[in-house]
Amino acid sequence: MNFDYTFHWRPVIRKLPELLEASLVTLQISVLSMIIGIGIGLVLALLRMGGPKYLSWIATAWVETARNTPALFQLFFFSFGLGAFGLHLTPYLIVLAGLSFNNAGYLAENFRGGFQAVPDTQMRAARSLGMSTTQAYTRIIIPQVFRIVYHPMTNQLVWAVLMSSLAMIVGFRELAGETQAQAFKTFRIFEYFAVTALIYYVMVKMILGISRLLSWRLFRY
Amino acid sequence: MIEIKELHKYFGALHVLKGIDLNVKKGEVLSIIGASGSGKSTLLYCINGLEPIQQGEVKVDGVSVHAKDTDLNKLRTKMGMVFQQWNSFPHLSALENVALAPRIVKGKSKAESREIARAQLEHVGLSDKIDVYPSALSGGQQQRLAIARALAMEPEYMLFDEATSALDPELVGEVLDTMRLLAEEGMTMICVTHEMGFARDVSDRVAYFHQGVMEEIGPPEQIFGKPESAHTAKFLANVR
Repeated sequence: MNFDYTFHWRPVIRKLPELLEASLVTLQISVLSMIIGIGIGLVLALLRMGGPKYLSWIATAWVETARNTPALFQLFFFSFGLGAFGLHLTPYLIVLAGLSFNNAGYLAENFRGGFQAVPDTQMRAARSLGMSTTQAYTRIIIPQVFRIVYHPMTNQLVWAVLMSSLAMIVGFRELAGETQAQAFKTFRIFEYFAVTALIYYVMVKMILGISRLLSWRLFRY
Repeated sequence: MIEIKELHKYFGALHVLKGIDLNVKKGEVLSIIGASGSGKSTLLYCINGLEPIQQGEVKVDGVSVHAKDTDLNKLRTKMGMVFQQWNSFPHLSALENVALAPRIVKGKSKAESREIARAQLEHVGLSDKIDVYPSALSGGQQQRLAIARALAMEPEYMLFDEATSALDPELVGEVLDTMRLLAEEGMTMICVTHEMGFARDVSDRVAYFHQGVMEEIGPPEQIFGKPESAHTAKFLANVR
């Protein structure tokens, strides 16, 4: 077999500003989906640990679905699935909902593990000092849980950034979507995706670096 | 004054406290001894309302601990508690461990609560550990930190739940010395303990618990000298 493909990087370099702009969209939607995911994940974890029966059941179903079905199918649910019921979301909302749904499911399990890792006796000690349940949670329990789930949370953000590339399937122009659109205009498909892979790599490395710096500041114990 | 009347406590079907009657006066040091599972620690948890009770009453300065309309958070500030597993807050420095409750529970200013914390850390001999995190403290130091944390609420009663049981033998002394110091200062103390020397030397009265019943109570000379109950005598013969 003869290898006769000639690489042409110039068209990709010329479109680099567009790709970098799209990578900001990727970051923005990933971070937003994390914030939503953290909020919902916390509620799901608390419901699973001791919510009313039916709510706890719904939380379990959410977590099970998010963790044990392909993320792509979850995205499909918010596009074609809801579409079948006549509910048509914009591509942006589909991706945001899909990512948030997935993040919430994974984070809920991280949070549940985090809460279980803090000994019950911490709660007793806090209450014995006259703290209310709310004070004990906000001052004593949650800060400790936060430390336990901090690195898993960073991992989930990395996963969200990479998972957001599925957005190109539903026609949303984040980094992967933008790359696909540009690639098929010029047919420099390999070059485009190679460069984009590098951008993803750098983005993830940056997230990990910032997370590590932040952890040194946050956790002094 | 702590008044306990006909107190019954169950864990499910297990009857752990079977009708306890006990009064502890201001300034008194009471030690509670007995085998594991005799209900000693549970009694402490019932006194500060960390455990519900099924029958009887516990009153602290006339306020019924388990009554529905009692503000337990407020009542608990009168009773400091020190646990077997010292339970220091690992995410806070020694100073923050002690300063937190005065600030958020009692509403003292940041400066004032730090001042209280400094004073109490000095009180228990930890002035040089102010900015240290609990993970860098020995068990004995963490237990003294827990004592300082409880004292910072200016409690009128101190409840010690086997405060030295989880410590390495060479660290027991420093914690007992701190407890002795409090007793000398006139603090009202209820100490669940396995330290017979401490119980004998420091207590005004010693109570022996046996299978959920307060078998015998009296001055240390009586309990350790000529116990009235055969159970007490047998227990003491075994621990000696």
